[in-house]
Amino acid sequence: MSRKKVQVLSIPYILWVIGFTVIPLLFVFAKASTNAEGDLTLEYLLAIFDPVHRKALLLSIALAFTTSLICVVISYPVALILKTSKFKNTKIIMFVMILPMWMNFILRILAIQLLISKNGVINHLLSMLNLPSLNIINTPAAIVVGMVYDYLPYMLLPVLNCVLAIPDDIIEAGKDLGAGRLRVFTRILLPLSLSGIGSGITMVFVPSMTEFVIANILGGGKIQLLGNVIEQEFSVSMNWNLGSGLSVALMVFVLITTFLFGHDSSGSNRNFVL
Amino acid sequence: MISESETDPSEVMCLSKILIELKGISKTYDNTPVIDELDLSIRENEFVTLLGPSGCGKTTILRIIGGFETPDKGSVYFDGVDITKLPPNKRQLNTVFQKYSLFTHMTVADNIAFGLRIRKKSDSYIKDKIKYALDLVNLPGYGDRYPDSLSGGQQQRIAIARAIVNEPKVLLLDEPLGALDLKLRQEMQYELIRLKNELGITFIYVTHDQEEALTMSDTIVVMNQGYIQQAGTPESIYNEPINAFVADFIGESNIYDGIMVRDRLVNIGGLDFECVDEGFGEGEPVDVVIRPEDVELGDPASGHTTGTVTSIIFKGVHYEIQVESAIGITFMVQTTQNFPVGSYVGINIIPDNFQIMHKPRSEAEEILNINDYQS
Repeated sequence: MSRKKVQVLSIPYILWVIGFTVIPLLFVFAKASTNAEGDLTLEYLLAIFDPVHRKALLLSIALAFTTSLICVVISYPVALILKTSKFKNTKIIMFVMILPMWMNFILRILAIQLLISKNGVINHLLSMLNLPSLNIINTPAAIVVGMVYDYLPYMLLPVLNCVLAIPDDIIEAGKDLGAGRLRVFTRILLPLSLSGIGSGITMVFVPSMTEFVIANILGGGKIQLLGNVIEQEFSVSMNWNLGSGLSVALMVFVLITTFLFGHDSSGSNRNFVL
Repeated sequence: MISESETDPSEVMCLSKILIELKGISKTYDNTPVIDELDLSIRENEFVTLLGPSGCGKTTILRIIGGFETPDKGSVYFDGVDITKLPPNKRQLNTVFQKYSLFTHMTVADNIAFGLRIRKKSDSYIKDKIKYALDLVNLPGYGDRYPDSLSGGQQQRIAIARAIVNEPKVLLLDEPLGALDLKLRQEMQYELIRLKNELGITFIYVTHDQEEALTMSDTIVVMNQGYIQQAGTPESIYNEPINAFVADFIGESNIYDGIMVRDRLVNIGGLDFECVDEGFGEGEPVDVVIRPEDVELGDPASGHTTGTVTSIIFKGVHYEIQVESAIGITFMVQTTQNFPVGSYVGINIIPDNFQIMHKPRSEAEEILNINDYQS
């Protein structure tokens, strides 16, 4: 196929991006940099530094960071175990991991709510065993539980792919040159897994940063993440200018973190992700 | 069977001591035995090649010596010490892997320094060693590059540099030149011989390429289906193959069914030929090997038998000629003379150039251990 014909094939995608990404974003930027009267102002773009908004942003960052970290801590050992085990049918494992994603997202979060609520399944079991009850519903911890449950596959898949792709002979070469288990892990396995962990963090951190539905359901509407603030500005306060200003600020933070995690610390840029 | 003009390889090597000894090694994968009761001794400063077709167990032996596999039975001794259960990182040997296996996330210099840093060498020592190793493999100034930016041959030389800076007593090489093209492979062969002579370390080399084995080795160990078929100098293996498998695997051969008439006389295709072999039973069926370069073509009148040229191929150094002989067998001949297709020629083979071997009594015996032939 000629180059021109190939370019023709990209037209639907380009139209899609223009119609549903570029133009709406321009509207957001326009709203964010003007006030209700339509005059140019920086007020809404800088509104992120208001104490209330700053607090929401910091909480969003903290919860997103915690969620990403927990996802790494859960995923990486699974990947290592699968790599070293004799059970080579990783497709089945991946299938099991992805299975929850086949259910509706809201349903999954409502199920978590049922599990961890004050009179929920877990507390029922704990009281039957005469153990102290679990009181995390309507706290940031509950939101983290929900986000980890929801976003774990996005960490697991890139980490698993990356770790399984590390050739066994490179690990053997490390042992051959005198490295024990710990050194093989820190000097070879971990550095070679960074690209997978990096893309996993990007794919977990970004949606966690902008999350508001999980916070609404599991936080009981009491915990304000930046996503909740923005949602309320649009749907409750009807202050679209402030909502847009905060959205742009959030986008900037997301871009910064993506850039930070996207770079492989080894210095070579072959592992640049996203 | 071994002619007296050849020096016995074990006599040459007995000056240096045995460094590695495998005793009664057996290894089974998924209920399939790969190696069975194998014994092998490797001497200090020897270039030993394990040669055989794929699946013959040569790589498994290398991995057992390297510590990456544990034998089901038997022991590995290094300098007299049993190292069968010692993990690879505690062994005084280094491996050059088939796929180079460089650390792609490190520079060439960091790759080379990997083993030295683990052994806590000083920075100045490491710096000197990196420079020395890069010079040794003819890649000075490549320290800051990443492995991905190097060609296959360069990567392989870095892999060798990374192994030898640790000054191992033994270097294990697993088909290290397999992925390289012919020209580069030949250059690397000379480079490996040079390294071996300069460094004075023992090389254990695994390959399925008989030419590579003949070029580089002090000792060749020919293997088939987990058994050692023959071990000896390249000359002795080429000139005195112990059975049809070795003869066929090392170089091109004419292999014929023959019957021993009596000592020094063998019958092939109904015609008696003089040979130098003794000690076979009268009337015993034997395998007869004649190297293509040992078949002489000439005037029909002076030939022991005659034949007609059916094909001739120019191979550069020599012609490769097929001759359909009057006794019903086809000779493959290598000669610098040109005999056109259809030529009527005389065929002569001097007695020294017949290699007579016992026929295996059964299919199973074909793969039996060398010791069974000798006993």
